[in-house]
Amino acid sequence: MTASLEVSPVPMSTGRLLRAYWTEAKYECIRLLRSPAFAGPFLGLPVALYLLFAVLLYGDALRKDPKGEGALFMFLGFTIFGVLGPGMFGFGISVATEREKGLFALKRALPMPPGASLLAKLAMSMLFVAIIMATMIAALPLGHLKLAAGQLAALSVVCILGSAPFGAMGLFVGTWASAKAAPALVNLLYLPMIYLSGFLIPMPKSMERIERFSPAFHLHQLALWAVGASKAAPNAGWMPWVHVVVLATVTLVFTWLAVRRLARVG
Amino acid sequence: MTTDNNNLAELNGATKRFGTVVALDGLDLEVRQGELLALLGPNGAGKTTAISLMLGLLQPEQGSARLFGQSPLRVEPRRRIGVMMQEVNPAADLRVREQIDLVASYYPDPARTEVVMEMAHITPLARRFYGKLSNGQKRQVQFAMAVCGRPKLLFLDEPTVGMDIQAREMMWATLRRLIDDGASIVLTTHYLEEAEALADRVVVLAKGRVLASGTVPEMRALVVRTRIRCISTLAVEQVRDWPGVGSVTRDGPRLDITATNAEAVVRQLLGCDEDLQELEVRSAGLAEAFTELTQEGTK
Repeated sequence: MTASLEVSPVPMSTGRLLRAYWTEAKYECIRLLRSPAFAGPFLGLPVALYLLFAVLLYGDALRKDPKGEGALFMFLGFTIFGVLGPGMFGFGISVATEREKGLFALKRALPMPPGASLLAKLAMSMLFVAIIMATMIAALPLGHLKLAAGQLAALSVVCILGSAPFGAMGLFVGTWASAKAAPALVNLLYLPMIYLSGFLIPMPKSMERIERFSPAFHLHQLALWAVGASKAAPNAGWMPWVHVVVLATVTLVFTWLAVRRLARVG
Repeated sequence: MTTDNNNLAELNGATKRFGTVVALDGLDLEVRQGELLALLGPNGAGKTTAISLMLGLLQPEQGSARLFGQSPLRVEPRRRIGVMMQEVNPAADLRVREQIDLVASYYPDPARTEVVMEMAHITPLARRFYGKLSNGQKRQVQFAMAVCGRPKLLFLDEPTVGMDIQAREMMWATLRRLIDDGASIVLTTHYLEEAEALADRVVVLAKGRVLASGTVPEMRALVVRTRIRCISTLAVEQVRDWPGVGSVTRDGPRLDITATNAEAVVRQLLGCDEDLQELEVRSAGLAEAFTELTQEGTK
């Protein structure tokens, strides 16, 4: 058989365009799922830690708590912990690596549809968060906590969409850092954010004002609102839309800064 | 839309600096319909920068870059090009077929993946992970990624580096067929025999400027010297002083002479050395022309 290439016509149908976005997202997810050393910890660690603390270590105490506040705190805490990782590390490390390998430059030279690569990474982090949500919901009965299907659905939507600002932060780091430096730099944001947001380890009263500067705090507040427990939260007077605005602003600002830098340096 | 003069890509007075280094110095360059243009030049001559401007990866500080008559920053003209760049490492954990599927998805009417793999001679590698391939195989896959969109214009930056002789010759044959099918190609290469074998037109760059431009015979003709080789006992110093001799070196029993008047030098050689053997006289090739041009251009 003789292979032959004829000159291609130019118009790109909407179907082909959507297929390009879909293909980019599909292979982004496949690539990361094929890297168990990367995907394993993000997918498995939240539920493993939840089972360790909420079942093995503090299971008895949580069972005896009539209000169930401790059980809810742990469940939401490890869920939010799971939401942060795929976006921050997934974007940060993969963008830095792809820049260093010249892939971003190649894709800019090729007719990749605008934003396809970043949207693919966003889809990847949302898929990972969806898997994490599924594992956490599967482990929920062991943690002495009951949530209705509607509460879990609302929480899942909040967490999946709420992974976007953390992806944007990771993207920003990835556009500045080398592949070697990216994990360390992402950790410099990730670890303090976990401790200073109060969602995993309660902050002392005197330091609670610091929490509101952390995007993870606002996601935690939305998660509490999604399961109807926002009155139990610190800063309970804030309306949910305030948190949505904060998270949307973080997403837009970091994405804008990152895209501007990518356009200049590739 | 193509410009009136049918140039598929062009740089007009393009200047680009990196810090204090002038990479391109008011460069005019055009890629014409149906030609294979070889860009030659020593390292740092501006070849990759020129291609990067035509692809929209860099912006000229002065002058302009056009691709199919439009800004190369627009996605529409880029749907008509294929690109194979130096120092690009596609994802190691995607299979060969998947790499091609991914790039093909960017184009309005790509070739079938099987056809592309057959053309690039990588069908047996279809299910292999890209990261597990040899350097030469990786270049073949990158070539398949460059042609999968059935481009009208191909940019190939050092495409055959790392390939064995058989793979290189197969790629040459494929490039000739692409030209026959109506594509145009911009090729940078360090292998002068590659340019000599393939190019319709050669542009030699040095310090970001065009030193010379023309067909391979025209480029050879720019250098009027002839190479003479023979086994002779004559001293290098003696031959060097003869009229019409450019340079003389000894390689074991052989004398290697470049001459501006070959006939006179050959007559004198035969007259002075009755035992002279294995006389070879040939025109300077592209390699000699290139060396001479770039040495003069970078002085």
